[in-house]
Amino acid sequence: MAAILEKRLIRKPDVFYFRITAPLISQKAKPGQFVMVRLHERGERIPLSLADIDPEEGTISLIVMAVGKTTNEMVLLQQGDNILDLCGPLGQPTHIETVGRVIIVGGGFGVAPLYPIARAFKAAGNEVTVIMGARSKDLLIYEDEMRKIADEVIVTTDDGSKGTKGLVTDVLVKELTCRPAGLVVSVGPAIMMRFVSEATRPFGVRTMVSLNPIMVDGTGMCGGCRVTVGGKTMFACVDGPEFDGHQVDWIALMNRQRSYIAEERESFEAWKRRHEQMLGSAAPVCER
Amino acid sequence: MTEAAAEQKRPLKIIPRKTPIPEQDPQVRRANYDEVSLGYTAEQAVREAGRCLNCVKPGCVQGCPVQVPIPRFIKLVKEGRFKEALDAIKESNLLPAVCGRVCPQEKQCEQGCVVGKKFDPVAIGRLERFAADWVMQHDLAEAPLTAPSTGKKAAIVGSGPAGLACAYELAKLGHAVTIFEAFHEPGGVLVYGIPEFRLPKLIVAREIDLLRKMGVEISLNVVVGKLVTIDEILHRFDACFIATGAGTPKFMGIEGEDLNGVYSANEFLTRMNIMRAYSPDFDTPIRKGERVAVVGGGNVAMDSVRTALRLGAGEASIIYRRTEEDMPARREEVHHAKEEGVRFEVLAEPVRILGKDGFVTEVECIRMELGAPDRSGRRKPQPISGSEFRIPVDTIIMAIGTNANPLVPQSTADLQLTAWGYIVANEQTGETSRKGVYAGGDIVTGSATVISAMGSGVKAARVMHQYLTGEKPAPTGS
Repeated sequence: MAAILEKRLIRKPDVFYFRITAPLISQKAKPGQFVMVRLHERGERIPLSLADIDPEEGTISLIVMAVGKTTNEMVLLQQGDNILDLCGPLGQPTHIETVGRVIIVGGGFGVAPLYPIARAFKAAGNEVTVIMGARSKDLLIYEDEMRKIADEVIVTTDDGSKGTKGLVTDVLVKELTCRPAGLVVSVGPAIMMRFVSEATRPFGVRTMVSLNPIMVDGTGMCGGCRVTVGGKTMFACVDGPEFDGHQVDWIALMNRQRSYIAEERESFEAWKRRHEQMLGSAAPVCER
Repeated sequence: MTEAAAEQKRPLKIIPRKTPIPEQDPQVRRANYDEVSLGYTAEQAVREAGRCLNCVKPGCVQGCPVQVPIPRFIKLVKEGRFKEALDAIKESNLLPAVCGRVCPQEKQCEQGCVVGKKFDPVAIGRLERFAADWVMQHDLAEAPLTAPSTGKKAAIVGSGPAGLACAYELAKLGHAVTIFEAFHEPGGVLVYGIPEFRLPKLIVAREIDLLRKMGVEISLNVVVGKLVTIDEILHRFDACFIATGAGTPKFMGIEGEDLNGVYSANEFLTRMNIMRAYSPDFDTPIRKGERVAVVGGGNVAMDSVRTALRLGAGEASIIYRRTEEDMPARREEVHHAKEEGVRFEVLAEPVRILGKDGFVTEVECIRMELGAPDRSGRRKPQPISGSEFRIPVDTIIMAIGTNANPLVPQSTADLQLTAWGYIVANEQTGETSRKGVYAGGDIVTGSATVISAMGSGVKAARVMHQYLTGEKPAPTGS
């Protein structure tokens, strides 16, 4: 059991920040790793990236976007509630090295796990440029946090409501053209990471991406998280989640992420119906 | 020769066949998850026990990886002393209710049975199961006595059969034992792998309760190699036994294995068993295949294909590259699968998987023929060119084995590994290249049986006892 120490809405209507008591995990966790969460006796196990690690306070932070049944159930939990099972830290940590300039590219709520990664690269003596994008300004998260640690933060929005109008890849190409970088690290939707990898390929700059395939155990047993990298089958839970973006078979990854779309929709609808029957009111779902 | 002596020499009249065991009807059971085999009644057990010759040199015991005193326990069953029969088994086997159900008896105890030379062997597995079930049903199960505390602490990594057996033996010898388990529920392959219809989870839970009563601590959600390392464990404990079990699943490396609907058996069974995806009340999703093919011929393949049937598959097939006789699965499981309507496509091997819109639609196979014997002594299957054929499927489950789990090996310095990443450990003692660190089960041997894993746990525990106390443990059974 792990207690929720703090919970707040960080992006309307559906993205929440959780700080969770996890003294042992916080001692061991490194940027780039993840945990498996199971909310209750009938719950599924879902992987969540670490959005922060505080070994002194004995806490870890997670960012959760309510998209399906489990994430909607999770955002109903309040400060003081417990998470039944919390298992981690899992996966290989980000390899933190000193390369000169590191460009961090984040999209959507993928910016959250990039925060401890960016901070570690900065602490290792790198110049850190953060490029973070969203559809519009209300959907940006972690901008203030990033500004505190990065040398430069460049915001892009699809609609131009804040920062540069356009995509993160437009800014990334400009940045790489002006001044080289030793490494690009990207976390976000698979489609964004794919285009980031395509954008950096002509520059020959190493590009690490954090993949988020389907997982069950998260400890190297089930093989559900297999991805093809450089023509070889790799397992995101033990070999990753970070891989060389230039080597990833993105089409296969994005296809496998769709494995349970029908089953998950059905489960979510059933949950909403049950909720309505039990409480006589609509489920407090974060409708967009 | 006197009349009386001749009478004694006259061969006993042996009932030639095993006493049949009641089972759920195949047509009924293929639609439920309840146990297939219902177990002997007391009368049936006593009758079957009567077939045992109580041999002076029992071949059965030699065939048993943990040397259960088989003739002794069967004699007790015959006399109706069921609790004592179980006590006799438990001298060397912690999990008789489990082993009676999942051991490949035809390759172990029952293979050595003297009665079996001429007739059916004595149904040793069924009798073992009977004794365990009878005691459980009559609420007579009790934790064995533990020796006075030695003041020594032992850690066990993994709560599958090897870890549980090691914990049991160490606790009996008076050591303080803590098991670290990565999952949220203990039992390892007994809960995530073997389906309910073959091994009810309640049985595993009860056995684990007994361990807890003996003072064994089980620490869940702890991934050794990540949350704690073996070196950190050695700071807090006097010795450690590594039994992390199966690692990442093997795939065939053929075209189309990335398609949705292609599972490893580990994933399919984990979703169905420990995560209970078959129940609408549980959240873990599973694909309900209408046409399912399982690749492989072992117990895991049989478990997968029969689970797929129960999930609602209209057609479920086994694809195996050798013949049915070559299948490593227990005979009974093959028999049960056939009764339930599983199709056996033997001497065939998948060559590619075809799909549409990212989901599996067909598997293309090639016919095989048996050539010269390979290194395992079995005749090597070879493809017959031009014999390709296709089976329409929407789900394919790969049950072709696993590789070594890398988490402990990667995080432990100076632990000697094989070229394939398994831990090098002495087969008799479990000793590894690190002092005070022992290992057993699948992380040492690769995919093997529940009972061989248990055997390795017991052997290691007895050597660990000697390491911890400087004294040899009393021989088993005394």
